[in-house]
Order: sequence, then structure tokens, then C-alpha cells
Amino acid sequence: MSTTIQHQHSSNLHPVWVRLAHWLNALAVVLMLMSGWRIYNASPVFKGFIIPNSVTLGGWLGGALQWHFAAMWLLFFNGLFYLGMNIATGRIKTKFFPLSPLAVLHDLGKALKGHLSHADPSKYNAVQKIAYLFVMFDITVLILSGLAIWKSVQFPILRDLFGGYDFARVVHFSAMSLIAAFIVVHLVMVTLVPRSLLTMIRGR
Amino acid sequence: MNPLKPIKKPRLNIDRESLIIDVRRQLDMPSRRLFGQRILTLGGLAMMTGCTLVDDKSVDTFLTRISRMNDTVQGWLFDPNRLAPTYTEAQITRPFPFNAFYGVDQAPEVDGGSFRLKISGLVQNKNVWTLQDLYALPKAEQITRHICVEGWSAIGRWGGTPFSELLKRIGADTSAKYVGFKCADDYYESIDMPTALHPQTLLTFTYDGQLLPAKYGYPMKLRMPTKLGYKNPKHIMEIFVTNTFPGGYWVDQGYNWFGGS
Repeated sequence: MSTTIQHQHSSNLHPVWVRLAHWLNALAVVLMLMSGWRIYNASPVFKGFIIPNSVTLGGWLGGALQWHFAAMWLLFFNGLFYLGMNIATGRIKTKFFPLSPLAVLHDLGKALKGHLSHADPSKYNAVQKIAYLFVMFDITVLILSGLAIWKSVQFPILRDLFGGYDFARVVHFSAMSLIAAFIVVHLVMVTLVPRSLLTMIRGR
Repeated sequence: MNPLKPIKKPRLNIDRESLIIDVRRQLDMPSRRLFGQRILTLGGLAMMTGCTLVDDKSVDTFLTRISRMNDTVQGWLFDPNRLAPTYTEAQITRPFPFNAFYGVDQAPEVDGGSFRLKISGLVQNKNVWTLQDLYALPKAEQITRHICVEGWSAIGRWGGTPFSELLKRIGADTSAKYVGFKCADDYYESIDMPTALHPQTLLTFTYDGQLLPAKYGYPMKLRMPTKLGYKNPKHIMEIFVTNTFPGGYWVDQGYNWFGGS
């Protein structure tokens, strides 16, 4: 009896560390994207493709670099904290697995038809699982390819892994594009299921 | 598609079940509901526009402090024995791009005959150097990648002498923190001592086998494949060793000082 009452009182869909890490990550990613776009514009990887300066951060290349190389610490340490806590608490196993390609296809089909229920928000559907795991992977690629660009002499293994200095920039830009695409889908889903925004703020 | 099929309601609806749960809970808490509403007002948003983060002086100070902290971190990451990759002659970028804070026709013309390299600061021998003295130093050459802070890169071939050879001959205090440079084009720059002593840090007098042309920094350019382009001073007129942070032309405007690759 007492355990169920206690459970009701403290029943959090997202523990406080998840919410904290989520919002710090959101802040870091937005700062990294906006300052990164300004840096990109200084010498576009894809000639002719420029990002409007009005959506960038820093005012000029030097300012954008300062933002980028400050926000990277937030992104890095918060990411480390998030992954560390996920592993330490076993959340990564219980929340994101089991996961099969068939389940992803099945849930994706249902989602596109608008039939995917969020009746039990404590469980991620297969599309959510793969999407959030993808974000963890993509941010890891962003950090490592960023390191290969920043320190191409000091990290020869990373430099080779990303196909040399110049190609590491292509990888970095592509991984950025994918996280930007994720954010668009993520925000659309939040407007469709507004409750998910509240649960990420207050936990319930 | 059958055009006669009856039009269905839009499928992407707000998740009703979860919304109902939420609305019920909110109805039980009128004061919280009011608070939530107030937070989401346009007025609340308008107040936030008072935080013009980008122009704020304290933010600027904060970012500069982080940038100096990043100098320290880069000092730790810098391995004095790690060599930058070298390339073959076929891989050289032709033409090698000109880059400065002025146009190519404004590159300074230095008279080699009357040129004297000045030496100052924490050194034992402050004698000036003629170009002939400098050309007599041990030879070294490299084909390395020049990486610009803007992101582009180009491979070039530079020839000259290991910078450490000059530092040795002038009796530089290698326990000092910085080596600074003053240039004929009013550019100025400074580097950390470990980078100054790196085997690939060359004081160069030639580009691609030819005497360094004015556009690439005649009479000499300090070439460091372990640092970004703006850290590599051209048209060097004076070299000094110091423990007082000398900054640099771009560094004083906000570029990171260490600027290492």
C-alpha cells in the first residue's frame, strides 16, 4: 500500500537529471548550430550554399568562434553526464531496448498514419527509441569530427577516421544537417503531443 | 486514388487522451494554471528581449575568458614531438592562395640589401641579422597543409631554417613563455615557446623553391603547420622573447591566441 502511494507522489516520467541534461543539451546545440553556421559562412564547404547571417550567432567569424568554442564545453560535459547517468542507472537498457528494425518500421507506419498512441508516455515507441539513440550517435559524431577539424595535427587517428582535414568538415556539416532535421521533426511532434513538453519540464 | 473516396478528417491530430489527462489535472490547480498562463504571455516574451546576449559586455568578457582557458587546454593537448602530415610535390595547391588583412597589391616591399632582423627581449645576443647571415643557417624544407581559421586549407612548400636554430644562436631564454613578432605590414603576432621549438616550426625564406615573393611574406615568414594561418607572421622585422603576453593583430580582435591545429 504505502509503496504505491509513495510511487504516485514521486512518479516521474523523466527523472530530474534527464530533464536537466535535456535542456542544457538543447541550449548547447542551439548555440553550436547558430555559431557554427556563421563559421561555415566564412568559407562554405558547399560553394554557393550560404546560411542567412540573421539566424547566426557571434556577429562575425571571431565572435562566432568564441561562442562555438565556449558552448562546446557545455555540449561535451553535459553529453558525458547524460551518457554516464544513462549507463549507471541502467536507463539506457530499460528505455531504449529491446529495439528491432521491424518494430521501427511498424511504429513508423503507424506514426505516419497518425495511429501511434502515446497513452503510456513512460514507454518510448520504437520510432522514439531509434530517434533518440540516433541523436546520441550524431552528437558523438559531431564532437569527434569537430575535434578532427580543430586538432587535426594532434589527433591523427580522428583525422584519418574522418578522411582527412577537408573531409572532416563535410562530415561535421552533414552531421549538423541531420541534427537540424531531427530538431524540426522533434518540434513538430511536441506540437502534436503538447503533454510531452510538460513532462520534459516538470517530469510528470 | 479513387477521387470519389470520402474526405477523411486530418490524421495528424493532437494526442487527445494525454491532453485530457493533463487538462483534468490542471483544472484541479487554478492558481498554477494562472501562473502557467502568465509565463506564456506575449508580455513575458517581450521582457526577455531585454537580454541582448550578443552585445552584452559581460558576455564578451566571459567568452574572452573561456578563449584564454582554451589556450591553456590547447597547451596541454600540444605534443611537442607530434609531427603534422607532410605531402608530395604533386599535392601542392596551385596557385597557393594569397591571404592578408589587405589586398595582394598592398603587400609591403622590403629592401633585402638594407634589411636587418632585430632581436630583443629575453635573449643573450641582440645583434641584428642580415639576410645573408640568416641564409647561412641549417637548411630545412617542408610540404605541409596551411589551415585557415575560416576553414579552407591549402598545401604549400616552404624552405628555410628550423626556428629553434635561430633561437639557439641568439641565446633565447627557452623557459620564457612567448616569442613575439613585429612585421613590415604592421601585423604582429606571438606564439608559445613549445611551438617555437617544434621541429616543423621553420623560419622560411623560400616558397616552392623560389625566393619568398612579397605576397607570401618576403623577406621571411614563420611557418608552423601546427597552427592556423593567422598565427604564421609574414614580413618579419623583429623577433622578441618575453613573459608578458604580447597578443596579436587578430588575437586582440577576438581570435583565439593559441590557434593550434
